[in-house]
Amino acid sequence: MTAAWETVIGLETHVQLATASKMFCGCSTRFGAPPNTNVCPVCLGLPGALPVPNELAVALAVRAAAALNCAVHGRSVFARKNYFYPDLPKGYQISQYDRPLATGGNLTFLASERGLVRAGIVRVHLEEDAGRSLHDRFPKATAVDLNRAGVPLIEIVTEPDFRSPQEARAYLLTLKQVLQYVGVSDCDMEKGSLRVDANVSIRRPGSTALGVKCEVKNINAFSYVEKALTAERDRQVAVVEGGGAVTQATMLYDSKTNTVRHQRSKEESKDYRYFPEPDLPPLVLADEWIADQRGTLPELPAAKRERFVSQYGLSQQDAGVLTAERAVADYYESVVHAGAEPKAAANWVMGEVLGDAKEHQEALRVPAASLAGLIALVKGGTLSHQGGKRVFGELAARGGDPRTVAEALGVIQVGDTGVLAQWVDQVVAAHPAEAARFKSGEAKLMSFFVGQVMKASKGKADPKAAPKVLEERLSR
Amino acid sequence: MTGLEALTVAKATATRLSKVRRLNALLTPATTVRKALVAQAKAAHPSGVLYGMPVAVKDNICTLEFPTTCGSKLLEGYRSPYEATVITKLKAAGALIAGKANLDEFAMGSSTEHSAFGRVLHPLDRTRVPGGSSGGSAALVAAGAVPAALGSETGGSVRQPAAFCGVVGIKPTYGRVSRYGLVAFGSSLDQVGVLGRSVHDAARVFSVISGRDARDNTCEDRDPLRLPTVPERLEGFVIGIPKEYFPVDLHPGVRRACDRAIRALKDLGAAVRDVSLPHTAYAIPTYYVIAPAEASSNLARFDGVRYGNRAEGVTTLADLYRRTRGAGFGAEVRRRILVGTYVLSSGYYDAYYRKAQQMRALLAQDFRNVFDRGVDLIFTPTTPTTAFKAGERTKDPVAMYLADCFTAPANLTGVPAMSLPIGRVKGLPVGGQFIGQPFLEDDMIEAAYALERAISATEEA
Repeated sequence: MTAAWETVIGLETHVQLATASKMFCGCSTRFGAPPNTNVCPVCLGLPGALPVPNELAVALAVRAAAALNCAVHGRSVFARKNYFYPDLPKGYQISQYDRPLATGGNLTFLASERGLVRAGIVRVHLEEDAGRSLHDRFPKATAVDLNRAGVPLIEIVTEPDFRSPQEARAYLLTLKQVLQYVGVSDCDMEKGSLRVDANVSIRRPGSTALGVKCEVKNINAFSYVEKALTAERDRQVAVVEGGGAVTQATMLYDSKTNTVRHQRSKEESKDYRYFPEPDLPPLVLADEWIADQRGTLPELPAAKRERFVSQYGLSQQDAGVLTAERAVADYYESVVHAGAEPKAAANWVMGEVLGDAKEHQEALRVPAASLAGLIALVKGGTLSHQGGKRVFGELAARGGDPRTVAEALGVIQVGDTGVLAQWVDQVVAAHPAEAARFKSGEAKLMSFFVGQVMKASKGKADPKAAPKVLEERLSR
Repeated sequence: MTGLEALTVAKATATRLSKVRRLNALLTPATTVRKALVAQAKAAHPSGVLYGMPVAVKDNICTLEFPTTCGSKLLEGYRSPYEATVITKLKAAGALIAGKANLDEFAMGSSTEHSAFGRVLHPLDRTRVPGGSSGGSAALVAAGAVPAALGSETGGSVRQPAAFCGVVGIKPTYGRVSRYGLVAFGSSLDQVGVLGRSVHDAARVFSVISGRDARDNTCEDRDPLRLPTVPERLEGFVIGIPKEYFPVDLHPGVRRACDRAIRALKDLGAAVRDVSLPHTAYAIPTYYVIAPAEASSNLARFDGVRYGNRAEGVTTLADLYRRTRGAGFGAEVRRRILVGTYVLSSGYYDAYYRKAQQMRALLAQDFRNVFDRGVDLIFTPTTPTTAFKAGERTKDPVAMYLADCFTAPANLTGVPAMSLPIGRVKGLPVGGQFIGQPFLEDDMIEAAYALERAISATEEA
């Protein structure tokens, strides 16, 4: 039924900035502290307390905006968003409203159907988080934890540029990747450091007008993004195809039932009575300072991927895997810089290294130089590929020098003609019939003999050197 | 002063404070004040410039020694876990915090009749109001119980009661004194101010509390004010007299007192010029949009969730808010919260709040125009009348608001201003006001020193 409808989605993403202290006070932002321990008069909203902006938070926000190709404004204004809720200590949230930090950016992501899509970024603004209301700790009562109150956030608002729940998810993964690269946030959705609200509407394909949108909230894991948006899209399609009309509303996603339910309609929506925050002068940033922040930006994932393709001759797909995380990309380059051949290094990193990391809390356990040494041993024939894998496992678990480890494991390949000759003699003596057939022209038996030499040598014989010795012995 | 003398002062102050209890100017019980004063006198460091000087503090400034109630039932018994920067500075200078002074609830009022803990009496006539909202501070100084007291200004709450009670009141330039620990009313207007027995007493305390504070982003990164010396003459001073502050219906006694003060300024050698501040009449309407707007947001935190008095037996969240705030706030505070909520509402913001901000810019331009033409200071009456009768204006909020018509412009524009007594009319004090240029409080204080010496403040005008 959905083919008759086009889905239009815009996203508002809240990202927690990676600062040690809160947006307007010195309290710790550490996750998981006992309730109400990271608090002070400022973030508790005690009478008379005043906010002082966190400079690092401003710098991180500017870096994020720059990474999203936004125009960062030299003058932006904090504003109060007024509403009552027990986890909002001051009765207002300090945010930005009509004069945000940055506007007019974009982020390109790979959509499965449309290829590379450039999503417009409407704005990036700074704000503080609210506390947490805990409805399940005490019977018939709500508890409030204000550790999170005042934690610095940026809100990133996109244009309605996504045409499916899958695209929304692809954008979010790309956004997460970019923000992690820049070091702005850990973007951990499970810890609440990345939260997303979506505006969803449907329209007939080919139509350019936007349909009536509904906001979907409470999408609290990456795995729910597609499900929640699909549920809302399907609901709207059902409403319209049932002869009804979508009315503007806020919907809550319930991951247990995989459904959305109505929270409030437009008429019930709050009037936040925004006005400029009188406790804070306008945020004035010098052009040079903004330029300095831009200058701190690392190479972003898309650029790095392209460079990996051109510089190291990798496929788009391999480059994509290697640049997905900045730490992995940096590791890969270190391995190459340590002398490893780029394609071999890519195979080792994507195979052994990432496999090992997956089982060990994402740790890249083998130092880049060691891996480069190991790759060289395999490349030079000192180790078989299988032997190399054993050495890698040992290096990961216990460290050490690749050659020493290989020797200790006894997996060094033997290429010495004299030593090989002993195994060759042994094999030829044991298989007189095959030797006779080889001599009479059955050349394909060579692989049989190499296999036998490998067996006799318990894998130590260099399979590249063995045929030469065999050839000489069998031609006698 | 020696340590022994400081202790003697502390005890004498406690005695004087208990003698003026009938004024209802002090909210702290006598025994608590006595104990606290004695303890502070023993601990105070003798090298401080205010060593041993008792200073009463308006009860909307956070202190560790005493509760901070803001004159509200909602905060009755509330103890702040931290103290205001101004208090820390006073203590570091050796001053003794002499208890908490009564005020209009959350500093909203011009008569100190809107305190949940009862009205403050005028020290010279108990049927009259001392002005407000720092009426308790003004009354304590006027009654001679303390040489100085801290107040706070949003629209004239230091100068207006200073004028009514016959004491000196200083409203610093916005950003000169830290607001950290001053319970916010209208954040863009609020400043801690000082009331003093004399220009010198007020100026000394002002100098100590002024200067930078990393905890207040609106406090300018400046050194504390250096006190000017007392001048013999005012030669070289150009003083502007704005015609808008002398309307035809100005109280005749107030006019006589001002005329006498202006003559005295001329006699001191100052050049006196007529000037115009054409937007003055819009100050009160502008003020009563901006101040309630900010107040409606600033007072949202008093919701009964984390501190303060919570309504009992509530069943829903809405009920908690409604009943806590309905019972905790007095009528004037509720009125301003409603007005402020209204003017910020979607669809009304442009008509009220934005327009008021535009008017605020015009008012500031008025002052710049005058100062840019070589005028150093402006002299005006502080209030249009002398202290009025208790109950006279409580039923008519607009009449009450007009008591601030000559003081609110300085708050809206951020310029410094001060009031000093310039004579009496039928036994009641009249205040004269100097309005200065931003961060040039020293000029204002210098002129006030000279005028104070040139006229008799207790003489009938």
